[in-house]
Amino acid sequence: MIKVKINSQEHSWDGDPDLPLLWFLRDEAGLTGTKYGCGQALCGACTVIVDKQAVRACITSVSDVVGREVTTIEGLHPTGDHAVQKAWRQLNVPQCGFCQTGQIMQAAALLMENPKPTHDQIREAMAGNICRCGTYQRIENAVHLASTGV
Amino acid sequence: MNILTNPKRLRGFERHIKVDNVSRRSILKGLGLAGGFVLAAPVMSRPGFAAYQTGADKMPHGTVVDPRVFVSIASDGTVTIVAHRAEMGTGVRTSLPMIVAEEMEADWSRVRVQQAPGDEAKFGNQDTDGSRSTRHYLMPMRQIGASARTMLETAAAKRWGVPATEVKAVNHEVIHSASGRRIGFGELAADAAKQSVPSVEGLKLKDPKDFRYLGKGQIGIVDLRDITVGTARYGADVRLPGMKYAVIARPPVTGGKVASFDGAEAMKVSGVEKVMEVKGWPWPSKFQPLGGVAVIARNTGAAIKGRNALKIVWDDGPNSKYESVAYRAQLEGAARKPGLVVRKEGDVEAALKGADKVIVGEYYVPHHAHVSMEPPVAVADVKGDRAEIWAPVQSAGGTREDVAKTLGIPQENVTVNVTLLGGGFGRKSKCDFALEAALLSKELGAPVNVQWTREDDVRNGFLHTVSVERIEAGLDKSGRVTAWRHRSVAPSIASTFAAGAVHQAPFELGMGLVDMPFEIANVQCENPEAAARTRIGWFRSVSNIPRAFAVQSMVGELAHATNRDQKTMLLELIGSPRIVKLDSVKDLWNYGEPYDSYPIDTARLRKVVELVADKGGWGRSVPKGHGLGIAAHRSFVSYIATIVEVAFDNGKLTVPRVDTAIDCGAYVNPERIQAQMEGAVIMGLSFAKHGEITFKDGKVQQGNFDDFPVLRIDESPAVTNVYIVPPGPDTPPSGVGEPGVPPVAPALINAIFAATGKRIRALPIGKQLEA
Ligand code: FES
Ligand code: FES
Repeated sequence: MIKVKINSQEHSWDGDPDLPLLWFLRDEAGLTGTKYGCGQALCGACTVIVDKQAVRACITSVSDVVGREVTTIEGLHPTGDHAVQKAWRQLNVPQCGFCQTGQIMQAAALLMENPKPTHDQIREAMAGNICRCGTYQRIENAVHLASTGV
Repeated sequence: MNILTNPKRLRGFERHIKVDNVSRRSILKGLGLAGGFVLAAPVMSRPGFAAYQTGADKMPHGTVVDPRVFVSIASDGTVTIVAHRAEMGTGVRTSLPMIVAEEMEADWSRVRVQQAPGDEAKFGNQDTDGSRSTRHYLMPMRQIGASARTMLETAAAKRWGVPATEVKAVNHEVIHSASGRRIGFGELAADAAKQSVPSVEGLKLKDPKDFRYLGKGQIGIVDLRDITVGTARYGADVRLPGMKYAVIARPPVTGGKVASFDGAEAMKVSGVEKVMEVKGWPWPSKFQPLGGVAVIARNTGAAIKGRNALKIVWDDGPNSKYESVAYRAQLEGAARKPGLVVRKEGDVEAALKGADKVIVGEYYVPHHAHVSMEPPVAVADVKGDRAEIWAPVQSAGGTREDVAKTLGIPQENVTVNVTLLGGGFGRKSKCDFALEAALLSKELGAPVNVQWTREDDVRNGFLHTVSVERIEAGLDKSGRVTAWRHRSVAPSIASTFAAGAVHQAPFELGMGLVDMPFEIANVQCENPEAAARTRIGWFRSVSNIPRAFAVQSMVGELAHATNRDQKTMLLELIGSPRIVKLDSVKDLWNYGEPYDSYPIDTARLRKVVELVADKGGWGRSVPKGHGLGIAAHRSFVSYIATIVEVAFDNGKLTVPRVDTAIDCGAYVNPERIQAQMEGAVIMGLSFAKHGEITFKDGKVQQGNFDDFPVLRIDESPAVTNVYIVPPGPDTPPSGVGEPGVPPVAPALINAIFAATGKRIRALPIGKQLEA
């Protein structure tokens, strides 16, 4: 039996300890805000924050996060009003929206580490997150907006 | 509770009454919305009415102009408006209801949007495809809103005993200004429900100068908050009690099937519950499943791990020799010989012979995969002769029909709930994944989620075609183009539906080949044969991608050959402002629209070129190593022109700036048009730079974003500027979702030529610029 802490709540798991965290979150814990896009750490759709770092849940196993604090989009902010979320809404970033929870988690992790990133630093930090709809210009501007105050 | 919050109950009130007006398939249906807007209003036929004609009524099930189907008002004043088209990122789930709210004077903050299940008899055509939603539904949605407003006004006038002409709906209330009385929509709902639906001819539409929402762009999409907090529901987010999770190993070669398999190792994987063969259809299989071996588990991760442990022997079938290098050579061979003539003006052969100079360009665009961020996925719950589906499908009505046919049950027994689509791009016009889930749920006797992995999506999809476009342009001594021969060779989408389809269908020929708008005396378009070796499908912008790439690259080549500015050359070729006549083209495809309302108007094409040149600073001096390229293309009956600036930094290609101008006629939400154009630029740059699907031994050689890369933020333009042409008073709405894509690649290629003198004729650019 494994115990993991997600959004400050304890979950137990007695199945395969190697199960990717992504599928544990989505299919076992019912936290569907974290998305599957590639399964190979290539797209960032599954990004969650473990302790203070952005992590790809698709290549992280459940057993890897034992004793750590996992934050998903559902737990990023109690009312959904994290500066990044607000900036995203202000600039109407999403198109289909599917990549956006991963983008938001990546951006939130970036701002924790670097509260005032330059545009180049934003591009570098967000380059692991694909948006097939092509919302990049707005993502870049929204991260900048979140960092300067919404 | 508003009845529309429960689609199952809503269906119970349905009565199928069709009224077919010979000229117009507008269907009216009796639908009583108890506690909602209209109770048992009489069903009546209305002849067609529209300020302009569209092809909407030629679509299966046409349009439905009936407020009782689309609008309901609860007693607390909440207005519920049905969105019957699929939301894949274009904003349609917001913009169509916004049109209704505008006309009925509803306050947008009190409107909720209800997604319609698949039911075209009730809602009209739902096939969200072809950049059609706004152009087909702007007028019907206005009429629906105006009908609802009229019924509310009539009810208020009756209540007050005053003539209806003295009252007016304004922002969620009806007002009688003479007496100062006012009453809210909620309070009027029950009475309004008793009014008869006014005739479409008698409706008074709002004067556009009074619009509060239309054309303003101040309203965010209805799902904005849900998306940013993770509660927006996509295909894989549906949870049902007892639901299983499955993945399927499908034949790696199109037309292949399972010879034998061994699931013993898969069954040992923790969480795997079952391994079974699933039914496939022989090629060409339309939208039917490919078949294979399914692994069913308690979660998707276990199912994937189980699938990795399967041992399967495949019978590869007739396409096991498909190989991309050889196929390209075959297409090039065909393009160098005469083919089926599909447009002919003058005598191109003689004109080319007599030309002072002939410029030849042969362009190649490979297969491409949609790779929407959400791979195909569907949830199905089949019990006895009833089926319920939850899926991100572009065509809810078509999915319902296909599920019914595939399961052999009546359509009335099938409910298709449309979730949000995590991108569509044409992939989700095909409902094969929903059919797989339905069949598997039936076998299992349990609800099931069938998830495609990214590898499945890349290897088993419906690819963008592969094509060779060969253009020969003859110039006279003065540098005028007098002859134009364009041969286009590509396997057709028709091959997915019928064996032996070797020619392009009219709808493909009409996407940038026979509709070429240049003013040239001798023109011939030909379509040599090409047989498909894999499933070909619609990809955002479809055949416009290779055609615009070829035609607009050739414009750049001609500018260079005649030592002229690209834009000058482009405008000279477009020629005088006129309506293009295409008398020699049989079955001209005009995106399904009547040519009278949507002709090829070169004045509009010239205008977007001038606009983008003006705003985008065409001709500005750029630093060394930079270059500007321009391209313009009409598609989906809209006009787009794009300028790309490239820069080479130590040999590395970057795009500092893109400017794009669109004329899409009358429009609803310019903010989303801008978003679509921004996205189109990224998609265009993406396939121009990177995207290529290749085959060897009949199998796709790529599988994920490592070997099939798409554009990322660090390669995206520093700035993309979008300019929208304000519509003329009578300009009907035209497409937005797709037409932004085609000009991007040729503008980029022309810019690269300007910067480096290197002419790229085959996409993707890949390593071609490395010395
Ligand atoms: S799903 Fe994890 S990075 Fe793509
Ligand atoms: S918004 Fe659709 S993939 Fe990013």
